[in-house]
Amino acid sequence: MLLTLIRYDIIRTLRRGFSVVTPLLFFTMIICLFPFAIGDNARLIAPGIIWVAALLAVLLSIDTLFTKEWETGCLDHLLLSPYSLTQLVSIKLLSHWITYSLPLIIISPVLGLLLHLPPPVIKTLMITLLLGTPVLTLFGALGAALMIGIRENSVLLPILILPFYIPVLIFGTSAITTPGSLPLLGALLLFSIATLPFLITQALKIGVDT
Amino acid sequence: MRRAWYWISQQGLSTQSFYKTSGRLLPFITAGFLVLFLYGLIAGLFFAPADYQQGDGFRIIYVHVPSAFAAMAIYFCMTICAVLTLVWRIKIASLCLTASTSLGAGFTFLALVTGSIWGKPMWGTWWIWDARLTSVLILFFIYGGLIALQSIIANKQHRDRAVSLMTLVGAINLPIIHYSVIWWSTLHQGATLSLFSESLIAPAMLRPLLAMIAAFMLFYGMIVCLRMRNTILVTDMKTEWVKKVLQ
Repeated sequence: MLLTLIRYDIIRTLRRGFSVVTPLLFFTMIICLFPFAIGDNARLIAPGIIWVAALLAVLLSIDTLFTKEWETGCLDHLLLSPYSLTQLVSIKLLSHWITYSLPLIIISPVLGLLLHLPPPVIKTLMITLLLGTPVLTLFGALGAALMIGIRENSVLLPILILPFYIPVLIFGTSAITTPGSLPLLGALLLFSIATLPFLITQALKIGVDT
Repeated sequence: MRRAWYWISQQGLSTQSFYKTSGRLLPFITAGFLVLFLYGLIAGLFFAPADYQQGDGFRIIYVHVPSAFAAMAIYFCMTICAVLTLVWRIKIASLCLTASTSLGAGFTFLALVTGSIWGKPMWGTWWIWDARLTSVLILFFIYGGLIALQSIIANKQHRDRAVSLMTLVGAINLPIIHYSVIWWSTLHQGATLSLFSESLIAPAMLRPLLAMIAAFMLFYGMIVCLRMRNTILVTDMKTEWVKKVLQ
């Protein structure tokens, strides 16, 4: 069931057409802004630039995560289905991460080369992104779940969620220079995998109930 | 037992009984706040001895520490209210929660600003990305997010539960703030006051400080009670007892 649902979810997202590529394009363009703004010094802060851009790209992709389900009434059916909503939410988040965040990580070496990052740093950067982006997706999804049924929400989601992105950013970028932070980032990932799907489910229930 | 609990949740914690009790308590809270605040202010600013290193500059502690304490204590109180709202749907808990957010944000802002003013002469900088400062700044942002969330949702039940859930998630920041000076010992000093061991401050300096902390908390209690009473009057406008009160 798991694989079927993931495949179905990914196919459905891909059929939406160009919107799948938008966060990726956004990610690339944000990173390309910095060499123009800062000049040659951009390579000194390149990992930070890539991290911030990835964070914003995830935030951009996530705000409509549950909107379709909410508008079509699909969410009510999912609540009534025999499967636990937490499970279904986790599957949805996994497929969202595969379609939106994984491409960012795959393209990041190229962008690292654009910013003159040495290959070993690029490797660590990719590892930190691999560990960090799921946390970003999970917290973003919590915000998106709280947003269902709220009309004017375009600015609210970043305001609500960005405070929780700060620790991820701190550990993610510091792991590139000090390897000791990498386990902390991993711990953050495990902690959010363990707690957030449940909280997201509660947030969805709050939205559906009222 | 279950009956007693039912009575507490229905009658003891009803908006009407809260209105009555808080009305009786408010004069005492206000008086306590005024006495402690005046004592703390005068004793702290004039009678406490000057610090041997910082001179009179250390006296900003009498605003900085109480507001930082209040910022965290209010969030802690909000977390308890959030649990009461989500699990037992106790009405006055959600009232207290929504009345507290902007006060908490205010105290956090005050703590950041006074800390910054204190930091300039003592540390030589207005701001540094120290672990304590950063985590308190995050607390301020979390308060900001909660205020934004509660101001944008129109449906009251939806608002209370959404804000409660977000408050619970943000509570993870409280232990981080508390232990930030131990885990990452950068610039901000460790805790001076402690419940279980001797405080690292002279008694003549300590007494006004404790008075100020208590005064700030009483001030919070006072304002929250006033706000909750106001909201109760508005939401229960159609009931008999409110009509009687307003006559």
